Amino acid sequence: MSIFKKIFTAIRGGATEMGEAIVDANSTRIFEQEIRDAENHLTKAKRDLTDVMAKQMQTSREVERLKKEIQTHEGYATQALNQGNEALALEVAEKMASLETELAAQQSALQNFDASVARLKDLIKKSERQLADYKRQLSVVKTTDSVHKATAAITDNFVSGNSKLLNAKESLERIKAKQQNFDDRMAASEQLQAESGDASLEAKLKAAGIGEQNSSADAILARLKSQKQ
Amino acid sequence: MNIHTIAQYLNDLADKSDTGHSFDCQPIAGEVDVLQISLIGREELPIFVSVTDDQILCITYLWDESEMLSERKAEMMETMLEMNMPMPLSSFAKIGDKYAVFGALSIHSSLSDIEHELAVLSDNAIDVIDDFSEFLK
Repeated sequence: MSIFKKIFTAIRGGATEMGEAIVDANSTRIFEQEIRDAENHLTKAKRDLTDVMAKQMQTSREVERLKKEIQTHEGYATQALNQGNEALALEVAEKMASLETELAAQQSALQNFDASVARLKDLIKKSERQLADYKRQLSVVKTTDSVHKATAAITDNFVSGNSKLLNAKESLERIKAKQQNFDDRMAASEQLQAESGDASLEAKLKAAGIGEQNSSADAILARLKSQKQ
Repeated sequence: MNIHTIAQYLNDLADKSDTGHSFDCQPIAGEVDVLQISLIGREELPIFVSVTDDQILCITYLWDESEMLSERKAEMMETMLEMNMPMPLSSFAKIGDKYAVFGALSIHSSLSDIEHELAVLSDNAIDVIDDFSEFLK
């Protein structure tokens, strides 16, 4: 049963009373502990993967080294044979045999490491998906719980505060009335501003050169000159 | 993020808000912390904010069962589902016998994201009540 189904079954099943625990706190704690354990396992798996990958690289380098060494010795053996030095060629061949045994061992180890890396990577991906899903489920549970507790707190607060949540239509009407009132005041003050602004008339008169004029720089200069004389 | 950080931010905003709203925050005592937020001029439709481990929930209650025209309930719910996606940032919900609009934010949201969410939620709630009034008594 999915977590959603569990929750709405609980809600339908009569746990609708505000504040009633829909989710058993104890099982939530156990679930949280399981998530922490899973996280620890995941961290460990990632560390293991790093170790195995390091070994995989070492082994792969070793395989390359052995292959090269065998090739080199093959050259030596051929040269010894060309010189007719059968004894030396045999000695080189013995060395090559031991190198090939070692190569086979390293190659089989490398195969094992490759397989381990692939397996660990799959395991980690699977655990990560699982963990993300656990966390999502826990979030659903805790949020459900939190919303119900919050609703209980809000309801209690309104009951004890002797105020009640208004009905929706009343609320809207009041808000609209306040908004209208605000808009009216704005309009009125704009109008008032425009009217009291004989400002507009003054501006027109000034433009026509009638009435009080701003003192111009020329006028000030003339005044200063006359004072100086 | 917790409700006290949010309250502090909104109360300190005063005229510096980007949304053109002023906020008044009041914590409500209870088993979980809840912040009651009023937008000035819209005190009748407060927003309740609670913070869980991974999200911030902002809830505005719309109406309860008793305010609804029961014969149009199915139609109303269908309209809610149809409106759920076009409505920016908010979704419809039912808590007990109350219908609500709510927004859920990541716990890592910025304070200005939260402020924006609250302003949009409030606008949505007002529009919803206006537009759904035909389903109400």
